[in-house]
Amino acid sequence: MMTSIDMRDPLLVAESWMSEGRDVAIATVMETWGSAPRPVGSHLVIDADGNFEGSVSGGCVEGAVITEAIEVIAEGEPRMLEFGVADETAWRVGLSCGGKIRVYVERLG
Amino acid sequence: MDPHSLKKLNKARSSRQAAILVTDLAEGRDRVVLEGDEVAGALGEEVSSRFLSGKSGLVDCDGRSFFLNVHLPPPRIVIIGAVHISQALYPMAQMTDFDVTIIDPRSAFATAERFGGVNLIADWPQDVLPLKPLDRYTALVAVTHDPKIDDPGVEAALKAGCFYVGALGSRKTHAKRVQRLTEAGFGEVDIARISAPIGLEIGAATPAEIAVAVLADIILAYRKRALDRSGASR
Repeated sequence: MMTSIDMRDPLLVAESWMSEGRDVAIATVMETWGSAPRPVGSHLVIDADGNFEGSVSGGCVEGAVITEAIEVIAEGEPRMLEFGVADETAWRVGLSCGGKIRVYVERLG
Repeated sequence: MDPHSLKKLNKARSSRQAAILVTDLAEGRDRVVLEGDEVAGALGEEVSSRFLSGKSGLVDCDGRSFFLNVHLPPPRIVIIGAVHISQALYPMAQMTDFDVTIIDPRSAFATAERFGGVNLIADWPQDVLPLKPLDRYTALVAVTHDPKIDDPGVEAALKAGCFYVGALGSRKTHAKRVQRLTEAGFGEVDIARISAPIGLEIGAATPAEIAVAVLADIILAYRKRALDRSGASR
């Protein structure tokens, strides 16, 4: 039986979305530098309509990851994304905590 | 991610089995390694050390880049005995990220007033434990001083392969316990796994100090625990 906490577990959500026939992408924090709000291994799962569950940051870069994930679902090739103060997109989707993270986005299946 | 990997990983996680999702970043392929599975070479060594540390991360092995996402069952401590030592032990254990359950059939001891904010079960270990089985990622601490309450907990812990089994009592008390366990059919190797007198030797005297000694002993056992090489759950 699923508890309410299980319902928010990204990998369980991904499996249940998959069983419903939805296209799913999984984003994973693979590396962090400095202060990063979510540890290495954290997941955000996204479907083709932009529905998501989980997090890879404190909410700072999720929007950008979702956009990339929808493209990854369409194209199939995984992507490695980097976010942080050193990134040229810092002003748009930087991490306000001053950290840097690398996020891997891949399609499920 | 391969859908089969996701299913296998979720199944391992829900059954409290340690697993690592290994992703080959060059090829974008992944597989699930369960604790006890053989993995050859440098990657195998990396996998073993990460089953112990629980840390996920990128690694380079033999010129290839891998991401290892480590999923260990959250470690638990089951304390048999709602006693003074337990009152000091459970907040410290929670602070160090252990999930704590306290079991004691004596309802005068097991009161919510003495044990706020922790899972407290006023029932016999032999009745409770079958419902919430012990496992290799659980430590069992028996501190009631009463064999008819402590022993069923200790026996269940030895059978389940708990990473730590500690029992309160002097050497004399423990010698009697060893005798009872031997009569119950436990072998020397199993019995030797019991930490008794309980806790690291730090000269602990007060209940709180004994709790520190017990928690330190548990952490030591957890970080140095033997990995399951059998490939089968015990």
